[in-house]
Amino acid sequence: MTLALYVPRSSVVHRMHAGVKLLGLAVLAVLLFALPTLTAAGAALAGVLAVGLLLARLPVAVLARQARAVRWWLLALLVVHALTTDVRTGAHVSLRLLTLVLAAAVVTATTRVNAMVAVVEWLCAPLRLVGVRPARVGLAITMALRFIPVLIERADRIRAAQAARGGSPRGLRALRTTIAPLLVQVLQMAHDVSEALDARGADDVPPPRRRRSPTLETP
Amino acid sequence: MKTRDLAYIALFAAIVAVLGTLPAINVGPVPITAQTLGVMLAGSVLGARRGFLAVLLFLVLVAVGLPLLASGAGGLAPFAGASAGYLFSWPLAAAVIGWLTERTWDRYNVALGMLANVLGGIVVIYAVGVPVLKVVAGLPWETALWSGAAVFVPGDLVKAFAAAAIADVVRRSYPVIERPRRAVDTR
Amino acid sequence: MRFRRPGAVGTDVDVADPTRGIELRGVGQRYGDRVVLDGIDLTLSEQRVGVIGANGSGKSTFARLLNGLVVPSEGQVLVDGLDTRTQVRAVRRRVGFVFQDPDAQIVHPTVAEDVAYGLENQGVPAEERAVRVAEVLARHGLAGHADHPAHLLSGGQKQLLAIAGVLVMRPARIVFDEPTTLLDLVNARRIADLVVGLEQQVVVVTHQLDLLDGFDRVLVIDRGRVVEDAAPGPAVQAYRALMADR
Ligand SMILES: Nc1ncnc2c1ncn2[C@@H]1O[C@H](COP(=O)(O)OP(=O)(O)OP(=O)(O)O)[C@@H](O)[C@H]1O
Ligand SMILES: [Mg+2]
Repeated sequence: MTLALYVPRSSVVHRMHAGVKLLGLAVLAVLLFALPTLTAAGAALAGVLAVGLLLARLPVAVLARQARAVRWWLLALLVVHALTTDVRTGAHVSLRLLTLVLAAAVVTATTRVNAMVAVVEWLCAPLRLVGVRPARVGLAITMALRFIPVLIERADRIRAAQAARGGSPRGLRALRTTIAPLLVQVLQMAHDVSEALDARGADDVPPPRRRRSPTLETP
Repeated sequence: MKTRDLAYIALFAAIVAVLGTLPAINVGPVPITAQTLGVMLAGSVLGARRGFLAVLLFLVLVAVGLPLLASGAGGLAPFAGASAGYLFSWPLAAAVIGWLTERTWDRYNVALGMLANVLGGIVVIYAVGVPVLKVVAGLPWETALWSGAAVFVPGDLVKAFAAAAIADVVRRSYPVIERPRRAVDTR
Repeated sequence: MRFRRPGAVGTDVDVADPTRGIELRGVGQRYGDRVVLDGIDLTLSEQRVGVIGANGSGKSTFARLLNGLVVPSEGQVLVDGLDTRTQVRAVRRRVGFVFQDPDAQIVHPTVAEDVAYGLENQGVPAEERAVRVAEVLARHGLAGHADHPAHLLSGGQKQLLAIAGVLVMRPARIVFDEPTTLLDLVNARRIADLVVGLEQQVVVVTHQLDLLDGFDRVLVIDRGRVVEDAAPGPAVQAYRALMADR
C-alpha cells in the first residue's frame, strides 16, 4: 500500500492548518472539473509540484511513488478516451487525475494523521446532537490507518506460510484456506487492540470541561 | 458503542481499502474492483449497523484525501464524478446485506448469504449508481445500464458468492454478529 | 462528597483507599458451562506479585479481572475498595495493563502520539501532556524516537513504548500479561529490569520463571484454582512438581 505517509520537514506547508489544506484540496478538485481544459490541468499540476517539491521540500520519490501507483489507470484512461473520444480529452482527463492524486499526496505527506483526524472530528462536532462522540470517530480513523499495513503484512505472512508447506491455493480453495483464516486472525487482532485501548481508558467519557467533577465519575 | 465494535468497523474500512490495491479492470466509466467484495464482507460479517459504519468510515478516509480507491484516487473528486452514485450506495449496500444476514443468522449458509449479497450488493448498488451515472455522464438509459451495470454482473455474482463463502467460514469460527452466550462480554 | 487530593498517584482520586490493595472475594469466572476460574479469595498488597501456571490454566483471565477487562461471573474484585463491576473507569485509572503483544497495544502513528493517548482520555490538558510524554520517553530511552513511526520500532522498543504508554498515566498498580514472551533475551532482560525498578505495585503473569527472582509473592494457578501461594522459591518448585506429573 502506497499510503503517502507523513514526511517531517519544517515548511510553511507543513505548518499550515490541516483544515486549510483539505479545503484547498477540495477547491482544487472543484476548479479542475469546472475548468475542463488541458491548460488548466497542466497549470494545476505545475502548481502542485511547486508546492510539494519547492515549498514543502518533499523528496521527489514520495510523489513519484504516488504517480507510479496510478500509472496503469492513467494509461487506461488515455487509451479508452483515444478510442472513444479523442486523445486530447484523454490527456486532459488523465492529467487531471494525476494532479489530484499528487495534490492529495502533498497534503498527506505534510499533515500528521492526527491533524487530519482533528479536522474530521471538528466536522463531526454537530453529530454530537445525535449522540456521536467526535473523539470516537477520530479513534476509528486512527485504527483503520493502523490496520491497513497490518492487513497487508498478515496476508503476506499467511501466503508465505502456505508456500512453505508447498501450497499456493487459488480460486475457491483460497477463500477457505487463505482469506477466511486471515479474516478470523485480524478480527481477533482488532479485538485485542480494542482491549488494549480500553485498558488505557478509551471508553472513558472525557471530562466536559478542563476539570472533571469527581462526583460524575461513577456510573 | 463499545471500543471493540469501533475496532471491527475500522478493520473492515481497512479491508475495503486494501482490496483497492488489487488491480482494477477498467471497462468504461466505472471500473471493476475488488472493493465491493469488501462492502459485501462488511455487511455479512459485521451486520447492518457496523457494516454500514465501516463502509462509511472508508468513504471518510477517501474524502480526507487518502488515495484508497481502486484507481489510487482519493479526495473529494470521486464523490463528484460519474461513479459517485456507486460510492454513495456502498454503505447502504452493506447495511442491507447486514440486515438480511442478521435475519437469516441462525440458518446462514452460502446460498442464503449469496442471496443477501446479491440483493444488497448488486441490486442496491445499481439502483443508486446507474441513475447517477446517467445524469452525471449524460448517457441514455440503455447505455447507462449497459456500461454501468450489465458488464459488472458476472463479476459481481462471483464476488457475492465469494463473500458468502468467506462469511460462512468466519461465522463458524469467529461469529461477530451474534456471539454465542459463553463469550458475551469478553471477546 | 468526593474530592481531589493534590499530589496523589494517578489523576483520579475517588473514595479509593490505597492501603487496601487488590481484593478478590469468592471470584469465579465461567464461559457457558466452562469454568475458567473458581473460588479465588485473595488480597494482593505486596509490591511484586508473580503468577505462573500451565497454558490455559486461567492466568490471563485472572490478570484481566484485576483491572476490569473481565468482570467476574461470581464474586467481586475490589481495587483499593473500588468494585470492578460498578466502578470500572476508576479502577482502570488505578490499574494499568500491559499485554503480551506490543503490536496490539500501539495504534497511533508516532511514538509520542501513542504515549499521549491515555492522557487524552483522562482529559489532561495539552501542555501537561507534552511534558509528561517527554519525561516518560526520556526515562525509557525513547527520547530520540518521539516523532518516529511507532510501527517501525523493534519488538523490544515496541514493548517499551507500550509500557511507557501505561506509565505516563501514573497508575498506582500495573498488571503485565507475559510482557517478555515475544522478545529476545536482551529485550526480555531490559523489560524485566524495568519492571523490577518500578515504584508501582506490579502483578506479572509469566512463563519465564527467572523473572520472578526477588518477588514478594508468587501464585501458581492450575485449572482455574490457585494451588500454591508462596515465595518465589517454593512456588516455582511446586509448579515444577505439578508439571512433572503431567
Ligand atoms: N472469552 C472467552 N470465551 C470462552 N473461553 C475463554 C474466554 N477467555 C478465555 N477462555 C478460556 O479460558 C481458559 C483459560 O484461558 P487463559 O487465557 O486465562 O489461560 P492462560 O493461563 O493465560 O493461558 P496461556 O498460558 O496460554 O496464556 C482457556 O481454556 C480459554 O479457552
Ligand atoms: Mg495468557
